[in-house]
Amino acid sequence: MESTEQPRSISGSMQSPRSPSLQPYLSVSVTDPVKLGNGVQAYISYRVITKTNLPEYQGPEKIVIRRYSDFVWLRDRLFEKYKGIFIPPLPEKSAVEKFRFSAEFIEMRRAALDIFVNRIALHPELQHSEDLRTFLQADEETMDRFRFQETGIFKKPADLMQMFRDVQSKVSDAVLGKEKPVEETTAAYEKLKHYIFELENHLAEAQKHAYRLVKRHRELGQSLLDFGKAVKLLGACEGEPTGKAFSDLGTKSELLSIKLQKEAQQVLMNFEEPLKDYVRYVQSIKATIAERGTAFKQHCELAETTKLKEINLDKLMLTRSDKVGEAEIEYREIKAESEEATRRFERIVTRMEEEIVRFQEQKTEEMGVAFHQFAKGQARLACSIADAWKSLLPKLEASSAV
Amino acid sequence: MMGSENDQESKEKMKSLFLREESDPFTRSDQSNSNYRSAMSTLSDSRHPSIVVTPANSDPLFAPQSRSKPNGGSNRDSSSSSYLEPPSYADVIFSPFDDNSEINGSDDGGGSSRHSQSSDSLSRSPSSLTSDYIKITVSSPQKEQESTNSMIPGGNTYVTYQITTRTNLSEYNGSEFSVRRRFRDVVTLADRLAESYRGFCIPPRPDKSVVESQVMQKQEFVEQRRVALEKYLRRLGSHPVIRKSDELKVFLQAQGKLPLATSTDVASRMLDGAVKLPRQLFGDASSSSVEVVQPARGGGRDFLRLFKELRQSVSNDWGGVKPAVVEEDKEFLEKKEKMYDLEQQIINASQQAESLVKAQQDMGETMGELGLAFIKLTKFENEEAVFNSQRVRANDMKNLATSAVKASRFYRELNSQTVKHLDTLHDYLGLMMAVQGAFADRSSALLTVQTLLSEISSLEGRAEKLEAASAKVFGGDKSRIKKIEELKETIKVTKDSKNVAIREYEQIKENNWCEVERLDRERRADFLNMMKGFVVSQVGYAEKIANVWTKVAEETSQYNRESS
Repeated sequence: MESTEQPRSISGSMQSPRSPSLQPYLSVSVTDPVKLGNGVQAYISYRVITKTNLPEYQGPEKIVIRRYSDFVWLRDRLFEKYKGIFIPPLPEKSAVEKFRFSAEFIEMRRAALDIFVNRIALHPELQHSEDLRTFLQADEETMDRFRFQETGIFKKPADLMQMFRDVQSKVSDAVLGKEKPVEETTAAYEKLKHYIFELENHLAEAQKHAYRLVKRHRELGQSLLDFGKAVKLLGACEGEPTGKAFSDLGTKSELLSIKLQKEAQQVLMNFEEPLKDYVRYVQSIKATIAERGTAFKQHCELAETTKLKEINLDKLMLTRSDKVGEAEIEYREIKAESEEATRRFERIVTRMEEEIVRFQEQKTEEMGVAFHQFAKGQARLACSIADAWKSLLPKLEASSAV
Repeated sequence: MMGSENDQESKEKMKSLFLREESDPFTRSDQSNSNYRSAMSTLSDSRHPSIVVTPANSDPLFAPQSRSKPNGGSNRDSSSSSYLEPPSYADVIFSPFDDNSEINGSDDGGGSSRHSQSSDSLSRSPSSLTSDYIKITVSSPQKEQESTNSMIPGGNTYVTYQITTRTNLSEYNGSEFSVRRRFRDVVTLADRLAESYRGFCIPPRPDKSVVESQVMQKQEFVEQRRVALEKYLRRLGSHPVIRKSDELKVFLQAQGKLPLATSTDVASRMLDGAVKLPRQLFGDASSSSVEVVQPARGGGRDFLRLFKELRQSVSNDWGGVKPAVVEEDKEFLEKKEKMYDLEQQIINASQQAESLVKAQQDMGETMGELGLAFIKLTKFENEEAVFNSQRVRANDMKNLATSAVKASRFYRELNSQTVKHLDTLHDYLGLMMAVQGAFADRSSALLTVQTLLSEISSLEGRAEKLEAASAKVFGGDKSRIKKIEELKETIKVTKDSKNVAIREYEQIKENNWCEVERLDRERRADFLNMMKGFVVSQVGYAEKIANVWTKVAEETSQYNRESS
């Protein structure tokens, strides 16, 4: 349900409070991934550490253990309750990689989950969420229970009502002969939708190439390693001075192979992952767009229905029918619902307007960081390659002079 | 905005370069160089490389005193700002596809060999200290028809190639001349050389490629063959002894029909085909070490003797194991062993070099594609921009994208250099085959000697028996005595042959030794040059790439979030 607290902004771990005790802060970190369970049942658990001075929280520091599905629960709850807000995305479930559980994969997931929680903690509205508090503080059994409820087969009553209403509106559509889906058609919103959908395509392509680039680094590293070995063996066959020269060449080649593997990992973590995150974010926005569409439809349909009921009521009043009382109650109920639906829709619109601004600014910042790190990494790599090869030249020169 | 058309074009070029590379990375550079080659050919008789962009004294290889700078000179701070260190190899290197490999002759001394190494595709070391040269080009393939009467309309067609030679060697009449030859002529040349220069390391001629000629497109096949022929003839031209041979002279100069005896020896032709067969069957088109002691390479030999020798070396199989020759020279056996090992390692290194080239190529390609994807994103964000943050991002992306495309180009240029340098490994595979051939000549000559020796001993044995039998007959056995006379005559002739064979064997041993010495020397120099060339180009391009990315890092320095 909607938070009634004032939206005072809480600083997170990224903003350093001037005086820790006065400035409200909420800082979260996801750490210490530990593999638990066996075989198919295996999963990773994380320590989530919360440091805060907010009164709503229990104490200045709290540590809980959470697993991936807990994060999913939090995301789903926020998505339900804060329609119109772009809920930060989660890294993919990835059933395949789970089995391999490489150290790099675990670290990347941890980092992504850390970013996820921090984005929520920094968001002016989301940071006040009760579900967030639950996630950050509840003990493990309580958390399990919550999580089970959410993903259980039994839907909550609210969901059932919603499904019923959907069916109802579909039926009335058919009855009223409405074939076309009801959609917003403002120019600005159309532009936004088009932008988001196109953006996803472009980003996906960029991310694909970024991933390939990581592979290329690994392949180049491998080939340098093999080349180095081969050249050393060749050197062993040759007498001096060629033999020593080949041996040096081979050693350098092997050294550079290691640097390339390292850079591959850096590119994966600091360049490809942010791009993937960008794609996920856009997908989250698409989900919000879908929600807005649903809300708009409801608002329209309920407005229609209200009007019909009003007309009906007036008719009954004119004919002094004894059904007036009933009809009046129905009308008032529907009117309330319609107003509620309109409010919901408008809130989504308002939120989205703010969210878009935040989103663009956030992405510019995050991409800038990613580009900067990528460029630095590539420059460093190229320099160490140049230096390594350069160091061979005096020796080669000396060998030729012999 | 970004000239994305040009990038598309270069992307296409990238793709086509890559596709051709799949067949053979080492002919690729020649194919793409051919335009430049004809342009360069007019410049080529200078002994100085026409491609070095900066004055010689900026290249630390030319001016030893400036070499101290890279190691001593500037204090480099470990942070990001400057990665440039004078003298920068980025300046020394060079326009792409520079090809200065025309010259087959020797440059003067060791100094100019360094000149040529950074640009030479066949980093050949000087084979003599004079300024002789011979430059051979193969061009303009043409279809021609057999002039013999043929029932088939259209007749038999074949391809001829124009072979142009420029030389100042005194053995040749003239300094520039041109002939037309067909592939069959090349086979003839190779066979005649093999006969005349037994024991020498003669570069192997291009394959007949029966299978490939059926499978490939005609044009592609002809082009591939042209390249192979050129390489082959240039190798012949760079051999200090063979370049002056009558056979080569006549091949390069004599107009009209090639005045060399054609290979009528069916047996050796058969053997040639048969030996090649396993390689074709197992799909190994590149050179490999098929060790078969072939009796008497080249034709014109005694048919009968041929088969006797075949019988003698009966333990041959196509897998190529030890011949039945009894070689007692330990030094020779050791050398042979060493050569075999060396060949294996060269094969291995050559394969890994191919992988390295492919990996570099892929890196460049993917980097380019990444750049293009970001260019598209930049365009998109700018077109759709509602907020200023989008324009800022679009600008950041543009910087990244243009640098990625630049870096991609550098990777590709580096790769064409790498191919040229590491090609030396591939070249030496061919030369290792030549060494095998030289050793095979020795073994077969020894086989001949041993065959003759055993023949003599069996003839003498028969003569003894006849004499003993004849002595028992009182008064002499006329028929037997006649036989003994004939036998003694045969023995004398055979002994003469044996002496000739021994002399030839000794000569071949001598040739072997000289050639192997020369080869070892040249190989050492060539490999060192190769390494230098490879390393220099790696350094140069790594520096260029580093510059490109440093610029982007500076342009995005506002996003630096690293603490301290």
